[in-house]
Amino acid sequence: MAAKPPATRAVPSPLEWEYAPAPEARDILALEERYGLYIGGEQVTPRSRKWFPTISPATEEHLAEVALAGPRDVDLAVQAARGAFEGEWTALRPSERAKYLFRIARLIQERSRELAVAESLNGGKPIKESRDVDIPLAAAHFFYYAGWADKLEYAFPNRKPRALGVAGQIIPWNFPLLMLSWKIAPALACGNTVVLKPAETTPLTALIFTDICRQAGLPAGVVNIITGDGSTGAHLVRHPDLDKVAFTGSTEVGKAIRRELAGTGVKLTLELGGKAANIVFDDCALDQAVEGIVNGIYFNQGHVCCAGSRLLVQESIYEPLVAKLKRRLRTIRVGDPLDKNTDLGAINSRMQLDRIRELVASGEDDGAEMYQPPCRLPEKGYWFAPTVFTNVGQSSRIAQEEIFGPVLSVLTFRTPEEAVEKANNTPYGLSAGVWTEKGSRILWMAERLRAGVVWANTFNRFDPTSPFGGYKESGFGREGGLHGLEPYLRFDR
Amino acid sequence: MAEAQLLPRDLELPLDLRLPRVGAVDAVALEARAGELAKRSIKKGSKLAALDLAIRMMDLTTLEGADTPGKVAALCAKAMHPDPADPTIPSVAAVCVYPNLVAVAKRRLAGSGVRVASVATAFPSGQSPIEVKLSDVREAVALGADEIDMVIDRGAFLSGRYAKVVDEIVRVKEACGDTHLKVILETGELGTYDNVRRASLLAIAAGADFIKTSTGKVSPAATLPVTLCMLEVIRDVHDETGRIIGMKPAGGIRTAKQAIQYLCVLNETLGTSWMTPELFRFGASSLLNDVLMQIRKQRTGSYQSGDYFTID
Repeated sequence: MAAKPPATRAVPSPLEWEYAPAPEARDILALEERYGLYIGGEQVTPRSRKWFPTISPATEEHLAEVALAGPRDVDLAVQAARGAFEGEWTALRPSERAKYLFRIARLIQERSRELAVAESLNGGKPIKESRDVDIPLAAAHFFYYAGWADKLEYAFPNRKPRALGVAGQIIPWNFPLLMLSWKIAPALACGNTVVLKPAETTPLTALIFTDICRQAGLPAGVVNIITGDGSTGAHLVRHPDLDKVAFTGSTEVGKAIRRELAGTGVKLTLELGGKAANIVFDDCALDQAVEGIVNGIYFNQGHVCCAGSRLLVQESIYEPLVAKLKRRLRTIRVGDPLDKNTDLGAINSRMQLDRIRELVASGEDDGAEMYQPPCRLPEKGYWFAPTVFTNVGQSSRIAQEEIFGPVLSVLTFRTPEEAVEKANNTPYGLSAGVWTEKGSRILWMAERLRAGVVWANTFNRFDPTSPFGGYKESGFGREGGLHGLEPYLRFDR
Repeated sequence: MAEAQLLPRDLELPLDLRLPRVGAVDAVALEARAGELAKRSIKKGSKLAALDLAIRMMDLTTLEGADTPGKVAALCAKAMHPDPADPTIPSVAAVCVYPNLVAVAKRRLAGSGVRVASVATAFPSGQSPIEVKLSDVREAVALGADEIDMVIDRGAFLSGRYAKVVDEIVRVKEACGDTHLKVILETGELGTYDNVRRASLLAIAAGADFIKTSTGKVSPAATLPVTLCMLEVIRDVHDETGRIIGMKPAGGIRTAKQAIQYLCVLNETLGTSWMTPELFRFGASSLLNDVLMQIRKQRTGSYQSGDYFTID
């Protein structure tokens, strides 16, 4: 080195190396033409006589018809759940209840490939995510809560926990089976029965789950699944015989539900939107932080309520970080959700795509600078390229509103105090991320961030033992962990 | 032995002000990323292209006390024509041997385009006085080695005498002249990814043409995360200075599947520009036959037993 100037050879001309398509086989999934409602342990024809199609958002291919439950169907489902609660289910010993949950968990594992294919086909998410994240975590939730079923008195020492009764549960389309397990596993472990409504656009895995309930020999009426649209959800929430409502979805609908239930005595938990700050300090492990940022916002096409959609970067590393981030974006593989090499799949629905487009347009109007890597999006289906906005003002809509898509807004800060102030300056408070090699700073930040989850040097990590939930407009109540039992119990003392 | 007191004056890394801090590596996230890339599913034409490239990138290695001219001659024949039954199979990049066997290899490989790499600098421990190491290098070069694979002084590195590490590499580089220099960090002895990153930067600053994970004598040898970590250093150096450095994972890579995983990590970290034997090598002794077997499987649709591939 002493003698020679540094080598400045030109980088050799690139070799063409494209990954050949590697699609996961679909033949493991045998879909029925038409699905009824799952009420009282049976597939029944909806009294409403209404059906609607469910499609693949990647290709707009028609997959099946599903029932649209009307008020009469909702009523039957709640009656079935009430009947099971007052009969067989409550009479069971808790350890017997646990056996059903363990059985369901094992069946989810056994049928994991089928469930993963269904999840990716119906929801648009990459198969590697449904295969490695959604389905294993769904099974893990059942395993975890199965363990609590006969130990509730140890979970709450010196108190006497009892089941609430019938829970009405409404879940979103971003993690269909996982959200189902977050809802059903603790409810059943605590001795309740449930009526669950899957999201309008992603009913398939919930319908396969009904077959898992049948295989597990679950007593009739303990789990009832009613498919439908927003009106079905509204009928369910308004049903007078519920003891509990659990909702995961948009803040707007969450507010409406809360208004509806005010004064009724029905217990409520809400897990709503978010606009999480992912805060990157200049002493972080830079390349790993870039991975964390990418995982934080592009995981599941950004359809994640706790997505790290606001990137707060310490100004001293702004340029190298953004350069690394943009380069990393160019390696994201967008395309067929069933291809094992796909990193970013399809947007879940036309409606969601329109919302993303509208907010992105507002970002451009606000003068933020948009970057999208060159990538060819399929012509059919709903697609949106991974997007980064720089030069974003704190007051911009793209820095304030939840986009729920693969769109990141980058802001800067100078000091830890400023980072906290900016991070907390939002109506939401679901999650946050901190990237620094300094342990004391992680603790200092976590103490001050008003968010239900604070991740340090990682993002979007979930575990059934860890509670999850929000501050402020992100909702209330916790799911997961010991805390996740409480919303499904009443206490005699 | 004199201790190096100062860093070379025109040292580019890591102390030059325009460069970023040595920086940190987060082990959990690094391993997660490597694990994710290892799951890439490479099929059909892209698989065949990768396997062909893996052969062209291979440093076919024998580094045993029992190595003889006969053994090395056989290895050289294998290096030039890995599959005598199939002329479409390319030659490997180089044969890697101890200095005493350089001349044999050189003679056998003459005119074939396959290069001769020699380990040196008191390989594998590096625990000898600098003059011994330098003469080791000079001898290997004089015997005709095209490439020198040196080891860093891990004892000096782990005791914080980074200047000594740098100084030795600088002097080895001088002794190499135009001979290509690969610097072995022996990552299995460095303990942390932070150390791997620091050692990579030191080696590059001191003049390495390639950085290499391991001697093959220490376990763990090359791993996917450690390779990713080193590739990230190479990328940072290129961003900051325009210098182009090569990478050689060595040891522990025995299957075609592993080799493809490394190529995916390379492809998605440095891009296809680095996917050439000029800038990426596999140090391996038993990888070749598995690659040959997979190529034949890919072409004919069926596996053949090990007896259909020559052992060396």
